[in-house]
Amino acid sequence: MIHNIPYLAAVALAIIGLYAVLFKRNLIKIAIGISILESGVNLFLITLGYRENAVAPIYTNLPEGTSIPEGMTLPVPQALTLTSIVIGVAVLALILSFAVKIYQHYGTLDSREVRGLRK
Amino acid sequence: MLRTPGGYWDPVIWLLAFVVAILIVYIIRAFGRSDYKGGEQTKPFLSGMEVPNEDALHVKAGNIYWGFMRALEGYYDVLRRGHTGIINDYVAWFVGISAILFVVFLILGVI
Amino acid sequence: MSYVLLHAPALLIAIPLFAAFLTPIIDRFSKRARNIFVLAVLIIEEILMIIFAWDVFTNGIHIYTMGAPNPTSTVPLQSAVPVRIVLEVDGMSAFMGLISTTVSLAAGFYSIAFVRKETGQGRYYTLLLLMLVGMLGMEFTGDMFNLFVFFEILSIASAALVAYRSYYGDAVEGAFKYLIISSIAGPMVLFAVALLYGEYGVLNIAALAKAMNSTTLDMIALVLLISAFAMKCGAVPMHFWVPDSYTVAPASITAMLVVASQASLYALFRICFTLYGNTPYVATSGAILILFGLLSMFIGVTMAIPQKDIKRLMSYHAISQTGYMLLGVGAGLCLLGNPDFSTYGMAAMEGGIFHIFNHALYKGLLFLTAGAIFYKTKTRNLNEIRGLAHSMKFTTIFFLIGAFSIAGLPPFNGFASKLLIYESVYHVNPILSIIAMLVSILTLASFMKVFHSAFMGPAMKDVEKGEVPKSMLFGMIVLTAGIILFSVAPGWVVNHIVHPAAQSLANQSAYIQAVMGD
Repeated sequence: MIHNIPYLAAVALAIIGLYAVLFKRNLIKIAIGISILESGVNLFLITLGYRENAVAPIYTNLPEGTSIPEGMTLPVPQALTLTSIVIGVAVLALILSFAVKIYQHYGTLDSREVRGLRK
Repeated sequence: MLRTPGGYWDPVIWLLAFVVAILIVYIIRAFGRSDYKGGEQTKPFLSGMEVPNEDALHVKAGNIYWGFMRALEGYYDVLRRGHTGIINDYVAWFVGISAILFVVFLILGVI
Repeated sequence: MSYVLLHAPALLIAIPLFAAFLTPIIDRFSKRARNIFVLAVLIIEEILMIIFAWDVFTNGIHIYTMGAPNPTSTVPLQSAVPVRIVLEVDGMSAFMGLISTTVSLAAGFYSIAFVRKETGQGRYYTLLLLMLVGMLGMEFTGDMFNLFVFFEILSIASAALVAYRSYYGDAVEGAFKYLIISSIAGPMVLFAVALLYGEYGVLNIAALAKAMNSTTLDMIALVLLISAFAMKCGAVPMHFWVPDSYTVAPASITAMLVVASQASLYALFRICFTLYGNTPYVATSGAILILFGLLSMFIGVTMAIPQKDIKRLMSYHAISQTGYMLLGVGAGLCLLGNPDFSTYGMAAMEGGIFHIFNHALYKGLLFLTAGAIFYKTKTRNLNEIRGLAHSMKFTTIFFLIGAFSIAGLPPFNGFASKLLIYESVYHVNPILSIIAMLVSILTLASFMKVFHSAFMGPAMKDVEKGEVPKSMLFGMIVLTAGIILFSVAPGWVVNHIVHPAAQSLANQSAYIQAVMGD
């Protein structure tokens, strides 16, 4: 059970982010919720690569006695998480620029007011 | 020629039949008088009402299917209340449908 | 030629990618050079895609391993699983790639005149090429994380293009909603991919399908993937973003957005058929796809009838037609293990898949004509326009062809694919067929409404007479030529283009064998 706590923490973070997107009315808070959701999923992804008492997967200057590859953490989730973080940054930048433009046009950042399109 | 489970569909045969029908229509039309140009019978007739001028004659798009909308008013009421336009509701539907799908898969997997 | 065919999967993604980054540089020097450059890239893509698709349909699956010394070797000597990103192009991928490049070509031609007066055109064309990259990447990839990356590329490029006319408030609002929806679907897909990776240690779709054990974690991943991709295709009840974003985008981008949603539909089918093809979840997912299809068809078309905005009406129809595709392919998925599959299931899948191509063609054409109406009259409100047929004769003809096609009237291609769906889905349950026909009638009703209010009646006084510019007409002609070609020879199209696609979707073992050896 204690080995599953990082996974539970990552999922809890994702649920907090999803709560912010579902129940907060301010568009900036929705953007923050998206960012937290992505952080939670990235944390889940990177935790998959952990091995107990292992070193970073780099071949130069290995400490004595580490077995290759069982003594190293997995490198693939690290690559996946980096890609996902970069995607998250791009999406967050675009969401915030849209929020700025919406404020210029509508004068409000309330998601209940920003709904000119109906029916 | 496209083969379907129930038969087949060939658009070339349909087009040939269409051309034959158009020919028959044209031949029947040719039996009429060619010097008739119009008159009282080609003007619009609105059951004896006075015909408005051409700017007001065109039925607007919102009014075309008013009978259909009036008949299905209960259904459209529910639908319109669902389409709120609020982004939080859009994500709420996603979470709701995911939860329902999870329960469906769980139940159908246990059976 | 064989060298080109060997490297074609990577070339088809790399050419628009590099062209997308060269476009702003060329834009600095001359606008005309940029237009010619973008059109040349799109034409080269289309020709290369047609040659490559022909080779895939006749010769089978094409594999491309990115970064390997030999592109067709997937599993290195020391390991038992593929370690690099593998692009795997089978019949269905080539089919979707054909759709993407054709509609991009039409949208590119159309955009030359449509956005001529806007600012920031260099960025518009860059993002258009990036949308094409995203679509082709999603359709060609054989790797789950690569699917996620191209999915995000596609959604970011599309969201930026939806907000292109940022001087309208509702354009930015539609783009914001589109981006929030994509940002919810993306991490959910990534979470499912992380679950699958944590369980099996591989990201390759063929390797995952081979190692699949149908545990509860796999079921959670399947649920997340189905709902995320169904939301991105516009399946009811997660369809609310579709009218908001399709209405406010420039018309050529709306035609591309239709194909972008179909790329998500392709990802949904790839997951249900290939990744989870050997699990006991197949019949349930088929039933769920049929349910999504039914709801989408009916609610889409009934919401379309009262609309007054022409593009909002057409985007509800896009939801409704997506329902047809989900219904056809879902019925095929339901019957996958059944002995009935070879008669009715395959026909249902062919109907659904044929409908994907038909829909991209006629829906793209309809959106382009709506854009032509907007270009002339500067409004999208149907209450304010009338009598456009007097001066815009070509646009009227193209609109009629598109409207008869979407309503499923003979002799057009819409009728051919809908006939396949009606006749084969009837054997699953007659009610499905009846609802599908009812939806067709309502579709015809709403397009007759649009035709009457926009094109019939006395001409408007304060609109300049004459047709739209030639490049916009040429874009519409590309799609109309496709529609007429598919209408006159549906048997040839189904036998040579659709049947290999449906066959490769249902044949999971060939997909796995192409990558893993055996």
